[in-house]
Amino acid sequence: MSLFFIVALPFLGALLPGVMNAAGRSSCAGVTFTVSLSAFVGLLTNLPAILRGEVVKARIAWMPELGLDATFMLDGLGFFFAFLILGIGLLIIAYGRHYLSRDDNMGEFFTYLLLFQGAMVGIVLSDNILLLLVFWELTSLSSFLLIGYWKHLPEGRQGARMALTVTGMGGLAMIGGMLILGQIVGSYDLSVILQNRDLIQADPLYLPALILILLGCFTKSAQFPFHFWLPHAMAAPTPVSAYLHSATMVKAGIFLMARMWPALAGTTEWFVIVTSAGLITMVIGAVIALFKHDLKALLAFSTVSQLGLITMLLGTGTAFGAMAAMFHILNHATFKAALFMSAGIVDHEAHTRDIRRLGGLRHLMPVTFTIATIGALSIAGIPFLNGFLSKEMMLEEMTRTVMFDSPLLVPVLATIGSLFSAAYCFRFVGHTFLGPVRDDYPSKPHDPNPGMWMPPAILAVLVVVIGTAPFLAEPFVKLVTASVLGIEAEVPKSYIKIWHGLVPALYLSVIALLGGLVLMLIFNPLLRLWDAMPRPEAKTIFDAIVAASVSAARALTFTLHNGSFTRYAMIGAIAILAAGYHAWITGSVGTPTRAVQAAGPVPIAGWAMLVAASLGLVLLHRNRFLSLIFIGIVGLMVSIGFVYLSAPDLAMTQFTVEVVTIILLLLALNFLPNRTPVESTTLRRVRDASVAVASGLATFALAYHYLLRDAVGTPISEFHLANSYKGGGGTNVVNVILVDFRGFDTYGEIIVLGIAALLIFALTETLLRGPVRARLLNRVPDQPRAGDMHPMMMVVVTRVLMPVVLMVGFYIFLRGHNEPGGGFIAGLIVSIAVVMQYMASGFSWATARLRYPYHGIIGAGVLIAGFTGIGSWFVAKPFLTSDFTYVRIPPFEKFELATAALFDLGVFLAVVGAVMLSLESFSRLARRASSQDSEHPMDIDPSREEGALAPDGTKPEAG
Amino acid sequence: MTHWIIAPIVLPAMLAPFIVLAARYHVGIQRVFSVAGVLALIGISAGLAWQVSDGSVIYYRLGDWAAPFGIVVVGDRLSTLMILLTSVLALFVLLHAIGADWDRRGRHFHALFQFQLMGILGAFLTGDLFNLFVFFEVLLIASYGLMIHAGGNARLRAGVQYVLFNLIGSTLFLFALGSIYAETGTLNMADLAQRVALIGPEETVGIRVAAVLLLLVFAIKAALVPLHFWLPSSYAEAPAPVAALFAIMTKVGAYAIIRVYTLIFPPDLDVTAGLFDLWLLPAALVSLAIGMIGVLAAQRLDRLVAYSIIGSMGMVLVSIALFTPEGIAAALYYIVHSTLAGAVLFLVVDLVRTGRGSVELTTQPPMAGTALTAGLFFLAAIAMAGLPPLSGFLGKLLVLDAAYGTDLMTWIWAIVLGSSLVSILGFARAGSVLFWKAHSVAPTEEEESTKDGDDGGDEDEPDAGAPSRLAYAATGGLLALLVAHTVFAGQVHGYTIDMAAQLFAPDSYISTVLDTPGKLSAPKEGN
Repeated sequence: MSLFFIVALPFLGALLPGVMNAAGRSSCAGVTFTVSLSAFVGLLTNLPAILRGEVVKARIAWMPELGLDATFMLDGLGFFFAFLILGIGLLIIAYGRHYLSRDDNMGEFFTYLLLFQGAMVGIVLSDNILLLLVFWELTSLSSFLLIGYWKHLPEGRQGARMALTVTGMGGLAMIGGMLILGQIVGSYDLSVILQNRDLIQADPLYLPALILILLGCFTKSAQFPFHFWLPHAMAAPTPVSAYLHSATMVKAGIFLMARMWPALAGTTEWFVIVTSAGLITMVIGAVIALFKHDLKALLAFSTVSQLGLITMLLGTGTAFGAMAAMFHILNHATFKAALFMSAGIVDHEAHTRDIRRLGGLRHLMPVTFTIATIGALSIAGIPFLNGFLSKEMMLEEMTRTVMFDSPLLVPVLATIGSLFSAAYCFRFVGHTFLGPVRDDYPSKPHDPNPGMWMPPAILAVLVVVIGTAPFLAEPFVKLVTASVLGIEAEVPKSYIKIWHGLVPALYLSVIALLGGLVLMLIFNPLLRLWDAMPRPEAKTIFDAIVAASVSAARALTFTLHNGSFTRYAMIGAIAILAAGYHAWITGSVGTPTRAVQAAGPVPIAGWAMLVAASLGLVLLHRNRFLSLIFIGIVGLMVSIGFVYLSAPDLAMTQFTVEVVTIILLLLALNFLPNRTPVESTTLRRVRDASVAVASGLATFALAYHYLLRDAVGTPISEFHLANSYKGGGGTNVVNVILVDFRGFDTYGEIIVLGIAALLIFALTETLLRGPVRARLLNRVPDQPRAGDMHPMMMVVVTRVLMPVVLMVGFYIFLRGHNEPGGGFIAGLIVSIAVVMQYMASGFSWATARLRYPYHGIIGAGVLIAGFTGIGSWFVAKPFLTSDFTYVRIPPFEKFELATAALFDLGVFLAVVGAVMLSLESFSRLARRASSQDSEHPMDIDPSREEGALAPDGTKPEAG
Repeated sequence: MTHWIIAPIVLPAMLAPFIVLAARYHVGIQRVFSVAGVLALIGISAGLAWQVSDGSVIYYRLGDWAAPFGIVVVGDRLSTLMILLTSVLALFVLLHAIGADWDRRGRHFHALFQFQLMGILGAFLTGDLFNLFVFFEVLLIASYGLMIHAGGNARLRAGVQYVLFNLIGSTLFLFALGSIYAETGTLNMADLAQRVALIGPEETVGIRVAAVLLLLVFAIKAALVPLHFWLPSSYAEAPAPVAALFAIMTKVGAYAIIRVYTLIFPPDLDVTAGLFDLWLLPAALVSLAIGMIGVLAAQRLDRLVAYSIIGSMGMVLVSIALFTPEGIAAALYYIVHSTLAGAVLFLVVDLVRTGRGSVELTTQPPMAGTALTAGLFFLAAIAMAGLPPLSGFLGKLLVLDAAYGTDLMTWIWAIVLGSSLVSILGFARAGSVLFWKAHSVAPTEEEESTKDGDDGGDEDEPDAGAPSRLAYAATGGLLALLVAHTVFAGQVHGYTIDMAAQLFAPDSYISTVLDTPGKLSAPKEGN
């Protein structure tokens, strides 16, 4: 079967358990089993090629430019691991079917399990290290889901997060390492990398790459000092512990070290880091395991220790070490999975895993007892069990290993590790199964049904078979070792056998076993000593680190983002000033190309008023009405400035905009207190003032600089001046620019205006429906309202003025193309006329006479402008292409008809609609807040004398 | 002359006033037109993207005025990809908003939505800096309208900050435009490219300051630290589908930076030498760090996602700041990813809010629709944290790969990888509280704790209940796009490489824009 299918099957099949969940537990487990079995069979079909020594490959391009392709290869090593993953996976699925209770969601469980299986197979078959990284992180994620499977258990959640954090961190480090490796070699393909040992090891980045990759391996395979997550992962259901956290996932790091062996191993750095980490892990794991009372915790630390042993073997960098490592992986996978499943059975039946509450189970659960004993004794290194063989090989290798110039250091430590291993195995068997039968088990245990004990039994049989007939496994182990070593070393000639003669390794084995027995005998005093000893608790440290990180993150984030806008603006302004200043000082300043013009008295007066008004605004801004007046002065001075600079269009626009803005702001002020309260300290005001002054000065300097210099090319405005009449049909260049040359900008801007009005309306609607409504209804104005709400004089004047102003607006609109004016100004003028009616005669009166809703006017305006633009499509011209012609209808003079006028009409309508809709929205708020005003104008409010601040809070009634 | 290139701007610009004029009281009709419009936009954008995929440049003169005197819109690989991304995103966001009934919770949702699209699409297509300013205004004001849609105190307060900060940005934009016009006398991008290159080494301060101010304007939009302060609260408080649409808005800033700084101010000119490399890359790295630290710090899911947006923008800007074709190609791949991932996450926030009534990261009883929502959150979080197998991981690899061998490589690698870890931790904690810890709360406490959780300020939210199928489908659909972005990563990345190549060789862009005559074309002056 193609390698793609072997990898893809578990992923594709992961959907099935979820779907089949409702069909019952057996169906659910059945489909899962079938999926795994198909992949397993698919793998086996490749066995003949592997045995012939071939390497099976498959390749699909994925991201060729990056060098990340879906490339798979199957050699001895890959086959070995895939065989373990899928084979043990099958046993675990069968076991899990009986282990999970009816309350557990089995579909979810098996979905995650298959995802994990696929990811794991992917790791071992990847020929591309980036692809390997993808699968690597996927195993972390699926492991996260599986550990947290029992969502209600805090241990599960915490364990899952811890595992994800630690292995995730390693994975991220490994990304760095792999990328460096790929860059050194120039390819991310494993097969290429493995051929380039010398190139890699000579590169200055070899050490960083090695450390980063080993970080990934060590975290995944729970090597010291990252071993602490594994025991906490035991909160997962036991099938998960047996599968992920003993047989497969935790071996991924070891797999990778083996895979990378030809490229990375053999250097001093490799030897020192890997061997010492492995050695420490092995000893520490074994020691801690002895004193754990939870069966699964004991086994977890045993796994840590055993993984340390394998790591240590790989660290030696010798061919024999590699062979011993491979053999031990096989053996560990068999006995440890069997042990975990046995522990699960005990837990399942006795409802406790606490070794202190167990004992005497051999009479109650003979089958489980047999399986567990075989497994445990194999770890301890009892002859005729497979653990003995690989442990002998390990000890043999250790006797040859010299570290830090000491030939004794490694063998002694390795023996101590073995000694403790033997001890915890004896304890596991002794304290659980031996001894008298107790009568206080949480539940009366008995052997489970065969579905549950069969899977570990199969493994136990393998333990014995390999242990007694090692020659059966030997060719396979050598095949795997050959693919680990690659082209760098020869497979050792030595045979795997039980009796090697009286070699040092045998003595060490005997010492370890006897020592283990002794430790067992003095266990109780030892335990008291252990309990009395202060030990760093990894979880406490980890939790403390996480908690510290979270509070540091919170401190930073919440200090930085404290919600104060002034501070945000200040930081922004400083950043802008700094970047601008940097650009300034790193550039060169040439001589000005323009002379400074003399300032006449008029500009100086205007300038002085502008400055005075601005200063006044800053100093007196707490009085809101006053500040509005100052803003008005600033606006007026700007308008006058435009007049002075011969820009009548701009002046008119600015002027009308000022009028409308001030009216709108007055309406808004209606809802605000008269004065802005003092909220900031003097210090802060000084700070803000200095930033503001600096920004102002910078702007001034910049403007001054530009004013003294010509542009590098002719400004495009020259073209506009030259072609306004010829091309746009108008002599008012500003208007032609607005409606023709850059009509598209205007189109955008009227839309901005329209949106602004729509959003003011939408906001008002929301406010009037929400809690604000009640506040408005209960609002007591802080000043007495005018008694004469609609003064007669004003009503009369505005009504008389209305047609006049409309006419002016119409005139301004029409002359726009050639003289100062245009749709925008006309729109504002007409709006002012209508606004005056609202002000003078009241909202109700005006609204009642309103025939076209303002929404519609905005919509129509934008649509008209748009359709004018689209019109040019019909004559095969681009959007907004203008045309004009001159017609003469007697008795009128010849006059111009321009499409631009139609566009300007759109502008006009959008402006009128937008201004009026905003105003209407404000007024509606105001109406809600005060009395309902009368339909009739010229009404007098007799309640004025009581004032708005009547003590009982009653609202003044309309007359 | 075909008019398709202007259609992505004109279509929503006509649809919105039509909705206001004719259908403002009928949400049903609005929905029909809004969805139909977005579907049409997808079709048009796809057509345009296909048309320019061979490396050609489409060009359109508004009002038939030739560049640089009139306004032009220009479609090349980059801009058409961005409009396609925008319209596709808009479809799913719109469907989600309809499914969750967001459009009924305030007025003018669809009109504002269409105007918003017009602004975004216009910003991507325009070839004129002042016109870009106009579209920035359109998208700013429309986004403000959408942001405060449906009201609520917290939302309005955040909205004020949002609009104020962005008005500072608009003012700065005007300063920058004024400066650039004063220095060069033109605002057309292609023309600017030629004229800036003419500026001699003896007089560079003016254009340098102008270039920096312009970059800062875009940096505000792109939420570069320390100009990002407007983002966290406004994205968090905005209606979630709107925040999802906003995922593309930060990309407008990134797009503008790429466009302007490959075309007009490439760093190899005399006048731009040493202008950005001192601070842009470090600032981007700080953004990445601050964003992901915020993910860990956040106490509400919506804030968490908002911070992750800052972080992913940091990643985009890191890649842009490398200023190599590889870096830009990686950035473009990552931009697509980050847009989709950010949007999915915000839609998930909405699902959580609907199902749970609150997005506080505190223990509450299991919400309605937990399993599906949890699954979507898990995948979206994987994408955003840059874990395999989704595109965030591939994007991260591309960025790291592009940074290999640069001066700041160690810093970039350390911060990119380190911030990933922080965000993984943040997302894992959030997911664990939302979806797992809930199971440890006894069901009897249900009523009480629901009430407790609700005082967080979601005053306008309806009562908790299962989200609608349409809302789920839209979220899932967007996630499916993310998967497609992963599966077809090779093709997409290949295309972004072509795109970067086109950006680094802007001659055909410039000549297409400047050499095509229009109405009354005057003889070329000044260049």
